[in-house]
Amino acid sequence: MKPPAFDYLPCEDVMQALEALHQHGDDARILAGGQSLVAMLNMRLLEPAILLDITRAAGMRNIEWSVSGGKPSLNIRAAATQSQVLELAALKDKVPLLHSALRHTGHVQTRNRGTVCGSLAHADPSAELPLAACVLNAQIHLQSNRGKRSMAARDFFTGLLQTALEADELIVGVDFPLCDPATESFSFHETAMRHGDFAIVSIGVHVQPGKITIGVGGGPAKPEVRDWPMLEGSALDDGLNTLAWELEMQDDVHASARYRRHLVREQGRAAIEEARQCLR
Amino acid sequence: MPEMKRNVRHDISFTLNGEKRTGHAEPRMLLCDFLRHETGVTGVHVGCEHGVCGACTVQIDGVAARSCLAFAIQIDGADIRTVEGLAGREAPMSALQQAMKRHHALQCGFCTAGILMSMECLIVANPLADRAQVVDVLSGHLCRCTGYANIVDAVMAVLEAGRKMAGQINA
Repeated sequence: MKPPAFDYLPCEDVMQALEALHQHGDDARILAGGQSLVAMLNMRLLEPAILLDITRAAGMRNIEWSVSGGKPSLNIRAAATQSQVLELAALKDKVPLLHSALRHTGHVQTRNRGTVCGSLAHADPSAELPLAACVLNAQIHLQSNRGKRSMAARDFFTGLLQTALEADELIVGVDFPLCDPATESFSFHETAMRHGDFAIVSIGVHVQPGKITIGVGGGPAKPEVRDWPMLEGSALDDGLNTLAWELEMQDDVHASARYRRHLVREQGRAAIEEARQCLR
Repeated sequence: MPEMKRNVRHDISFTLNGEKRTGHAEPRMLLCDFLRHETGVTGVHVGCEHGVCGACTVQIDGVAARSCLAFAIQIDGADIRTVEGLAGREAPMSALQQAMKRHHALQCGFCTAGILMSMECLIVANPLADRAQVVDVLSGHLCRCTGYANIVDAVMAVLEAGRKMAGQINA
């Protein structure tokens, strides 16, 4: 398994990458960490004419505590690695769900090169970071030669490996809102063949006063998120059961649709209970 | 930097196990193949070639990474370490390698070079690592022979010996 031949452009800055994207469109692929892209190239699932390497582009590895839309947030630029983010000492307190999701994202050996924005762009249905971005209402920042735009993660993912990204656009960064530990809590549960593998089902939960947000990854084609009032007891069971059936899970080599629905009900309840416990 | 064309071998300068090296590679050449075929470090083992098995793990600028998921042209200027660089000139094996032998932590040896590169990073970066952290790092590797327990024992032995020695120096 060797990748097909391609031209290679090590980009010095964002503008050079955008210019090349403008020129090559769908024939170009952005190479950030390459932890999904290079595997796909090795398997010849893709044959891009050119790879645009942004790992050494100026400023692209930055991570900043900043403000987005008036709210304090963690800004992660396009080539910042998952390990870089996970090593932030304050991450566990300030963006706990992202911390938990990253702990389940691949292994340290892949996190050392894999990027947060690259995982979002790849939009694997069983990847943890798109799920975390949707549950947390992260803002994804896109740029092309035509200009800049930002969109909510929940609008960004459109289907199986599909996003709202246009052929000439680059994800330049993502903003994860910071949490208020006094009123909010989170939990992340995942079932996989081994820790670090892609999820059979993953559940992200965000609990805040009067509101539960639950996201499911692994089964559906893209992360599915629901905002519920503070459901209790059998109403919560009913909500989870309805959600499990709404997701139109499929059988595959790892698990049956029936088992996945079971996980949504069981892990969903466990994750919601865990998040509520943290608030009490 | 200008575009680097396919089917052309481009110059690469890098450090391999502490020595300055140069080489040539087409853009499509994987780092693992470059290391094996262009520089002769055949301790880099190529297993699954899509980032799952961990056999090809090397250290790139001090951190463990899959050499089947990186291109040789990306490592221009980088510091690469492979299993060949683990032992010093004076000893045939590093402390970790000796512990792996003592604890029967390998059989066929195919996965071993990759595991050594990951575990050496862990021991250097986190000398206080506990068993759970060793297992977490080991989860990035597949071994079909050992059942993993002996590998964890070997790494724990090195970590504990290091801590004991640090304690004696501090005392």
